[in-house]
Amino acid sequence: MKTLRVARFSVRYRPRALAVCTGTLAVAAAVAVLALGRGDYPIAPGEVVRALLGNGGAAEDFVVNQLRLPRVVTALLVGAALALAGALFQTLVRNPLGSPDVLGFTQGAATGALLVVVAGGSSAALAGGAVAGGLVTGALIHALAWRGGVQGARLVLVGIGTAAILTGVNGYLLTRTQLMDAARAVLWLTGSLDGRGWEQARPLALALAVLVPLVLLACGPALRALELGDDAASGLGVHPERLRTVLLGAAVLLASLAAAAAGPVNFLALTAPQLARRITRSPGPNLAASMCTGAALLVTADFAAQHLFGERQLPVGVVTGVLGGGYLLWLLATQRRAGRL
Amino acid sequence: MNAPGPSGKNAPGPSENPSTSVPPSRTEPPMAQTEPRLAGRDLTLAYDRRTIAEGLTVDVPDRSFTVVVGPNACGKSTLLRALSRTLKPVAGQVLLDGRSIATLPAKQVARTLGLLPQSSIAPDGITVAELVSRGRYPHQGVLRQWSTEDERVVAEAMADTGVAELADRPVDELSGGQRQRVWIAMALAQQTPLLLLDEPTTYLDIAHQVEVLDLCARLHREQGRTLVAVLHDLNQAARYATHLVALRDGKLVAAGPPGEVVTAELVEEVFRLPCRVIPDPETGTPLVVPAANRRAPASAGA
Repeated sequence: MKTLRVARFSVRYRPRALAVCTGTLAVAAAVAVLALGRGDYPIAPGEVVRALLGNGGAAEDFVVNQLRLPRVVTALLVGAALALAGALFQTLVRNPLGSPDVLGFTQGAATGALLVVVAGGSSAALAGGAVAGGLVTGALIHALAWRGGVQGARLVLVGIGTAAILTGVNGYLLTRTQLMDAARAVLWLTGSLDGRGWEQARPLALALAVLVPLVLLACGPALRALELGDDAASGLGVHPERLRTVLLGAAVLLASLAAAAAGPVNFLALTAPQLARRITRSPGPNLAASMCTGAALLVTADFAAQHLFGERQLPVGVVTGVLGGGYLLWLLATQRRAGRL
Repeated sequence: MNAPGPSGKNAPGPSENPSTSVPPSRTEPPMAQTEPRLAGRDLTLAYDRRTIAEGLTVDVPDRSFTVVVGPNACGKSTLLRALSRTLKPVAGQVLLDGRSIATLPAKQVARTLGLLPQSSIAPDGITVAELVSRGRYPHQGVLRQWSTEDERVVAEAMADTGVAELADRPVDELSGGQRQRVWIAMALAQQTPLLLLDEPTTYLDIAHQVEVLDLCARLHREQGRTLVAVLHDLNQAARYATHLVALRDGKLVAAGPPGEVVTAELVEEVFRLPCRVIPDPETGTPLVVPAANRRAPASAGA
């Protein structure tokens, strides 16, 4: 632990966690530049950077900033939002399985989106449906799990039950759609960044700008106290229930907005915090490191989905599942050999 | 039922000796001179709909080492949870410095009153120094995360509890006794004049129990902190406490210095255990020796 002090103010950080954040952000930036250069109109990385800084030619400026940038920015934001939501859920329910896709929030967002598809709504309405679906599911799970307070195990069980029901509902809704709509819906359900524009990125950017300072700065220390157990946290001057409700709300909002922007991207919310935890080797929620890891992971997965499979473009959700899951298994295997889980 | 003070007369005591079981010390008004910093008034405590205690009034004398004793499920830990604001009373109130604790800001309470709960969880891989430093939470702000004062207090707390040399070790690698000292260090880092400990010796072997209790006694004696602990072992309670609170079925049976309170009659009344009370050969405090009755012939021969 190192401390930075300026006058009466002080910030505490772990050098390793800071290095991990810097490193993953550098990876994310490098991949982003590569992704902005690849395509039917290839642009060299140097040109891409120049275009980003506003010094490029007219053609480069148009291709980079107008055509390709929204997709890359959406990937970075969705990755960060999902990872932060996952890190919050996992800390609050004290279970590495606590992630929005296991707890049913993502399925709820999908239900909302599918209802819009069945009703024949537009893309913007679909995103709105996803957010509403996620939030309603969040409120429902919270209410069902409430018993004088929300306990982790109970929330996980209620969430898994809700996820199962909603998966069934979503299957039913798919059968009620027209063929064209069904294809669009299935693509959305796998998680895809294809054709994302600023209108997808903007609400998410706004939510992150508000929620990240709230969660990291205002609630971070209290969350670290809550990790010690409800009684210990309350002894330290934290209201466990109030904090849990606020943070669950923030996490559900982030997961729903991410799903609205890119569909339910598989597995990222579950993997990114676990990866971050293992790379930083530090206890605690690792919120900032999780966000950076999530952003890097999703932008990389999207680049791979677009360019590594030749003519066929995969939806990014397929790649995050394979990439993140594989890396996590590898980490667990090496750490088991090293004698720690 | 609502009468303040000891309500031992209401307890369903053994009917054989109704009047002799009430020693004179129990009728003295507790702390009549000044209001103590921490007190529970007419508390009704319940989980869901299960009532644990009704009309319970308890004083924690300032600068005392108060120990709460009583049989299992008598409400000892529940009382401690109420005093620490972890459990909200159904009726009555807990007073901290004369004000209802429920109305005070949580962080302000946490700067006056520390708690060592039974059910704390050490996050995976956390080091001793880091766990202890989390005790500084009530003194920190968003932009003041780690002052030189925080650093000094944490170092002191670790030195006081003898865990300074373990500072960089992960907590999950420590022995039970060491771990308990780390948790106590965290509570000390909170710098509270009042410290509540819920069964701090549970799950420890006898050497570590004594180690933890000696540490508590030293904190009380040398640093002038007011300690409230729930203990299972009556003899340890009698040896270390300066003020003993005996509960049965959520009611206060007796309160006062162990030398006056711990009598054979009281133990019989509180624990339903026939016994003799003799002076502890080491300290002179009361020592409870259970009677060798009922199966006497078999054990007496051995």
